[in-house]
Amino acid sequence: MPTFVYMTRCDGCGHCVDICPSDIMHIDKVTRRAYNIEPNMCWECYSCVKACPHHAIDVRGYADFAPLGHSVRVIRDEEKGVIAWRIKFRNGKKDMNLLAPITTKPWGKHIPQLKDVPAPSAEQRASQLLFNEPKYIRMDDGDIHTLKSNGLKLVEGVEGY
Amino acid sequence: MAYKTIVEDDIDILVAGAGLGGTGAAWEARYWGQDKKIVIAEKANIDRSGAVAQGLYAINCYMGTRFGENNPEDHVRYARIDLMGMVREDLLFDMARHVDSAVHQFEEWGLPLMRNPKTGAYQREGRWQIMIHGESYKPIVAEAAKKSADKVFNRICVTHLLMDEAKENRVAGAVGFNVRTGNYHVFKSKTVVVGAGGASNIYKPRSVGEGAGRVWYAPWSSGSAYGLLIGAGAKMTQMENRIVLARFKDGYGPVGAYFLHLKTYTQNGFGEEYESKWFPALEEMVGKRYLDVEASHRTHRPIPTCLRNHALINEVNAGRGPIHMVTMEAFQDPHLEEIGWHNFLGMTVGQAVLWAATDLDPKYENPELTTSEPYVMGSHATGCGAWCSGPEDLSPPEYYWGYNRMTTVEGLFGAGDAVGGTPHAFSSGSFTEGRLAAKAACQYIDDGKAEGIRVSESQIERRREEIYKPMEHYKTYRNEITAGTVNPNYINPRQALDRLQKLMDEYCGGVTVNYMTNEKLLNIGLKKLKVFEEDLEKIAAENVHELLRAWEVKHRHLTSEAVMQHTLFRKETRWPGYYYRGDALKVDDDNWHVLTVSRRDPKTGEYTMEKAPLYHIVDEAEEAAA
Ligand SMILES: Cc1cc2nc3c(=O)[nH]c(=O)nc-3n(C[C@H](O)[C@H](O)[C@H](O)COP(=O)(O)OP(=O)(O)OC[C@H]3O[C@@H](n4cnc5c(N)ncnc54)[C@H](O)[C@@H]3O)c2cc1C
Ligand code: SF4
Ligand code: SF4
Repeated sequence: MPTFVYMTRCDGCGHCVDICPSDIMHIDKVTRRAYNIEPNMCWECYSCVKACPHHAIDVRGYADFAPLGHSVRVIRDEEKGVIAWRIKFRNGKKDMNLLAPITTKPWGKHIPQLKDVPAPSAEQRASQLLFNEPKYIRMDDGDIHTLKSNGLKLVEGVEGY
Repeated sequence: MAYKTIVEDDIDILVAGAGLGGTGAAWEARYWGQDKKIVIAEKANIDRSGAVAQGLYAINCYMGTRFGENNPEDHVRYARIDLMGMVREDLLFDMARHVDSAVHQFEEWGLPLMRNPKTGAYQREGRWQIMIHGESYKPIVAEAAKKSADKVFNRICVTHLLMDEAKENRVAGAVGFNVRTGNYHVFKSKTVVVGAGGASNIYKPRSVGEGAGRVWYAPWSSGSAYGLLIGAGAKMTQMENRIVLARFKDGYGPVGAYFLHLKTYTQNGFGEEYESKWFPALEEMVGKRYLDVEASHRTHRPIPTCLRNHALINEVNAGRGPIHMVTMEAFQDPHLEEIGWHNFLGMTVGQAVLWAATDLDPKYENPELTTSEPYVMGSHATGCGAWCSGPEDLSPPEYYWGYNRMTTVEGLFGAGDAVGGTPHAFSSGSFTEGRLAAKAACQYIDDGKAEGIRVSESQIERRREEIYKPMEHYKTYRNEITAGTVNPNYINPRQALDRLQKLMDEYCGGVTVNYMTNEKLLNIGLKKLKVFEEDLEKIAAENVHELLRAWEVKHRHLTSEAVMQHTLFRKETRWPGYYYRGDALKVDDDNWHVLTVSRRDPKTGEYTMEKAPLYHIVDEAEEAAA
């Protein structure tokens, strides 16, 4: 379902242009409002819909197989960390509200700056470990898995299969 | 043209394409290279780019070693049976032994992972999948990448890798253009991690007209990972291993949670179970080694994805379609019903829209399934990608040349869809591969392997001319005609894409020919691709947006040619249900229990093909006993 933009709601701020992964939300030079320049390259990913501060963008099912008269709307709230959906069927028989969390923590606050953590030792560099491992791989004191630790070997050809 | 040239110099690690693999690379690189210069060049905006732009409802690769669930070798065995044996087990084991650490980090960063209230472990969807509220998966990993990177260049379409002129076969950075300003961007870098993702829209899609963007893998997955690597002369592997997906009809909504968690199942148009009927004939075709129905019942060994496709395709061809997903039972439970809808809203909103538009309530009606057009990628149930070195402690000599995830071009690394032979990595495994590649890239630099790189002005100038040629071409010939898009001197990017899709569909086993091809068809297809390549030199772009589409189709073309060459080389039908070689309909383990490796000579465009040995992980004890 390609996107379209309601004339009276769009103020041409460009948030949708900035986010669309397909580079198809553009600002019309005459109306100075956004529109979808290439509906057949739209994945209906809703990235632009979620990003529009004025809820000016909606989606209308692909003309080729989606009849008119349905609606799937969304409000994504980063502050509250939730996303709210409303799905309305064409025949009006189903009208669903669905809510989901999008994060459990304030944005970006719990991602460490790796420039400032203690630098890896020469031993760590020579090992197979990545940042914060082996702690993050396992709960016990066990080290990283290797063929040896797991009693395995690699054998060539169909015989090993 | 008034476009500026913007040079970013002295980069240590350039991440070309920051989806799940690229963000993993940028993030981890900072730890091993605290004083290094890390730069991201991304075609879209990393907050919502790549296959995970709309989010995910599951992490499909998680071992759960800490909860006593699986060991890495269990995952290797699973991936190899699913891919009929053809995987890089060293790379898979390596990915699997690290992947949990990526997932635990995601949870700390704020990604909502569901928990099983009884066990306290993550809520399992299936043996390998855990359930998440992943609408913001991509913004969260992007945040991590931004924290680590010195600079993020959004909206740069990377078109080519730069090659070192001091030492042959060594990378020196990349070039591209800004899809908004049109400016030319030059990134001089000691190493490059390519994370530019897999390929949709190579094959003619089932969708038509306005709906053509409704593809399973994102329409912006332009095969650039392959285009860039093949263009630089890196060796590729398993490019014939394109994937076909059984999905909800038209919307291509995912089925994983439906099968595994909601316990829905399929039946034919007459309400009958149909799969098992096809298995005896399939057993003949592929051999007991790969399909042993009794053993599968006994040991829960999975039936390979392609073989289940085969049953679906054949049942429909026998006139007993459509295939239905039986949802009416599961959806009576309101909790499961809600999960069914959330699953789409979290990763394929389009399916929810389609059901709303067609008044299809899965509680009262069983929706249809279909098989998709083929896709070329390397992180789902398929393993297309670059031939990469494995880690020192795991890899046999044929698979090891110094640095983990380094391609056969020095200093050039891959992650996610870019790396071949590592199916079932999915989002978490792709992120993990990025981390592994980044650590190895830092080592490569610290070992002094990137000393003395030289890039001449003429190389930079040559690429510049090449990049803007479609716009020049447009300007030169546009005014020969009155108006419109029909011009004897050029084709536009959409016309080129249509040609490519038709050609791949008809000659290389697309949907309109029931995934069937043979040597004759492939040879004709290859000839047509060469002529198409000539026409691609005459592709015309009216503006910068079309220039983006022009380069996407060029990358798709390079990807397609590799797929065609590999399909011709592997003279057997290894994955019935993904594609068929009509002239070699059986699995042929005597000749083809090997990985296929190709190289396109960047100067001549000639292909060379070779077989590489397959190594399998076995238990030491088992081997001694045998
Ligand atoms: C519908 C769907 C459902 C899925 N479901 C799941 C699931 O439930 N669980 C799971 O774990 N995985 C799932 N996956 C798989 C997962 O999304 C992929 O495995 C993963 O994203 C691959 O990572 P990648 O880095 O290789 O590619 P991507 O994440 O696609 O990243 C590629 C990046 O490269 C950029 N790029 C492309 N070309 C260029 C260029 N020329 N120059 C610069 N940048 C470029 C793109 O913009 C993008 O940012 C799903 C995928 C899809 C499409
Ligand atoms: S984000 Fe909304 S208001 Fe801003 S340009 Fe786009 S449609 Fe208009
Ligand atoms: S739905 Fe996605 S692809 Fe379509 S215009 Fe919006 S952001 Fe772009």
